[in-house]
Amino acid sequence: MTPSYVSYNDFKEQLLTSFRDNEELMNGERKSPLHQLRRAALKQFEQLGFPTVRHEEWKYSSVNGLLKEDFGLDTSSTLTAEDLIPLEIPNLEGNLLYFINGRYHPELSRIVSPADQVQITSFAEMLKTDPDFIGSHFAHYADYQENAFTALNTAMASDGVVVRVPDNMTVEQPIILRFITDARDKNIASQPRNLIVIGKNAEVMLAEAYRTLGEKSSFINVVTEIVLDRDARMQYYKVLNETEKAYHIGTTQVSQSDNSHFYSAAITLNGNFVRNNLNIVLNGQYAEAFMYGLYMPNGRQHVDNHTLVDHAMPNSYSNELYKGILDDNSTGVFNGKIFVRPDAQKTNAYQSCKNVVLSPGASMNTKPQLEIYADDVKCSHGTTTGQLNDEALFYMRSRGIPKDEARTLLLYAFSQDVLSQIKIQPIREYLEGVVREKLTK
Amino acid sequence: MLSISNLHASIGTKEILRGLNLQVNAGEIHAIMGPNGAGKSTLASVLAGRQDYDVTSGSVLFDGKDLLDMAPEDRAAEGIFLAFQYPIEIPGVSTTNFLKTALNEIRKYRGQESLDAVQFLKLMKEKMKLVNIDQSLLSRSLNEGFSGGEKKRNEIFQMAMLEPKLAILDETDSGLDIDALRIVADGVNKLRSPERATILVTHYQRLLDYIVPDFVHVLYKGRIVKSGPKELALELEEKGYDWIKAEAEAL
Repeated sequence: MTPSYVSYNDFKEQLLTSFRDNEELMNGERKSPLHQLRRAALKQFEQLGFPTVRHEEWKYSSVNGLLKEDFGLDTSSTLTAEDLIPLEIPNLEGNLLYFINGRYHPELSRIVSPADQVQITSFAEMLKTDPDFIGSHFAHYADYQENAFTALNTAMASDGVVVRVPDNMTVEQPIILRFITDARDKNIASQPRNLIVIGKNAEVMLAEAYRTLGEKSSFINVVTEIVLDRDARMQYYKVLNETEKAYHIGTTQVSQSDNSHFYSAAITLNGNFVRNNLNIVLNGQYAEAFMYGLYMPNGRQHVDNHTLVDHAMPNSYSNELYKGILDDNSTGVFNGKIFVRPDAQKTNAYQSCKNVVLSPGASMNTKPQLEIYADDVKCSHGTTTGQLNDEALFYMRSRGIPKDEARTLLLYAFSQDVLSQIKIQPIREYLEGVVREKLTK
Repeated sequence: MLSISNLHASIGTKEILRGLNLQVNAGEIHAIMGPNGAGKSTLASVLAGRQDYDVTSGSVLFDGKDLLDMAPEDRAAEGIFLAFQYPIEIPGVSTTNFLKTALNEIRKYRGQESLDAVQFLKLMKEKMKLVNIDQSLLSRSLNEGFSGGEKKRNEIFQMAMLEPKLAILDETDSGLDIDALRIVADGVNKLRSPERATILVTHYQRLLDYIVPDFVHVLYKGRIVKSGPKELALELEEKGYDWIKAEAEAL
């Protein structure tokens, strides 16, 4: 049998060594259940190794480029509050947490929601103050047995955010997590880990926004675990606007109970290599999940969105719309899996992926996968990949709209189906601006 | 206003227009009739600048300027408007937004100030009355899910908004019931003025009951083979095109 993973390369050795060195300094904590779990995850990563394109889930997304990079362990940064000003999203109110090279920086951040509404703590802090809480959720949802990057993150993660929303609480202000990679002086790798636990009938809006600064290479391997108790509601946005030398691999793992509602939008504006995994387990009746995605790579950028919706219980609903605009020599991947388990009768699951390819050098691979084991279900899927409609362009030009403007209008309208889903208005407006700017380039 | 001389145009290797001549002056309405495949829609498309066609020889002057040298958007800005036979659906762009962009781009080309939201809305209200079109239609995505009649009425509304010097209506009557036809014709008639001209491309005489042309031309095999006053249309309605074809072949 051909191995799906290969187990060579320096980066991997370096990561393993770093884990062991760190372990030397741990004293008593080494015996803790949490640390035992991390060791198990590391062992799993060691066995799996980084995936190759022979692995079915990585067929169109080669991480070879990443493995050729040299990432040191030094993740220090000289970024100041002033450096962050140009990165601010205008008019954004609410809780704002800055992570620089994966580390939480309280002095740059603000937490405005009252503590009885929501508890927002850094992952590092929580490891010290309430490891039992972390232990009761950490790695319970995101699978590290099969996914090497999740295994790696589970072993290595040291910071990120922990959000707990008590039962019946509506968090009025959104929570914005800004992950800034400062790659101005050196290559930077970071592995943030987030845990969001939402109580019964509670509600929260949360966004993860990623930016990279500088000309050096960066690598982020992030895992976010989200748990929605019954009747809970969440708006979740992930926004990537990184550099031509940024590698981003992320997994968002969602577990939903009865009658919970999860709305997500994954927007990838820029990045050299992006892999977004969104895995949702509908583990309760009448649970609903809405997934929107927009990606617009250009140059030699590569964007891969893998989604999985697992309908485990009856009467659940999922609806997915991903849209892509691909220019130059960029490549895109959409892989959408829907599972309907034998018990999940009366499931409704809809999936759609639409792409516009603007240049002969760009390409898109789409793969819908439906595995249905129940008989009383409604499922549909459809993918389209085409060029900009010439007739529509001519029609607009014949009314006096110049070609470039017509093209921008059409593509902007195409992106609106996704952008209009974003309920945090300043973020939506910021994205609309960036999208428009990118389309006019 | 418009001088077409010896125009030859082809699509691929197929020559469709084969030496077409036409002179249109301000204030006039010209009807272009003819059997299927004569080149009527090709003429409309070539004038508007559709790129599927190659103009192989001849010239088209519009107010003394070489039209064939201009991009479609520049022709629109110079004052040419084509009402499409099959208007295109544009998802996600409302008619209002579309027209605001178009109008201001044209104004920019002409060195005029952009209209602000208030001025634009005022103009729109005025023109809506003219063609009897509903506001709800205009806030929807352009032509998306519109009925045939709604699409054609929207074309006339766009024409009213952009106030072209030369309007070319390509088979605007096709697919319209008599009520819709009357509304469309009414809109065109209201926009008539001594400064403007209209070319009606049509297969049937029916439209000409409502929009009375000054001249009727018969297009056959890519050339205008007969021209006459409005009565020519009636004659064609009565006798069909065969006698014209016979006359043309005899030449």
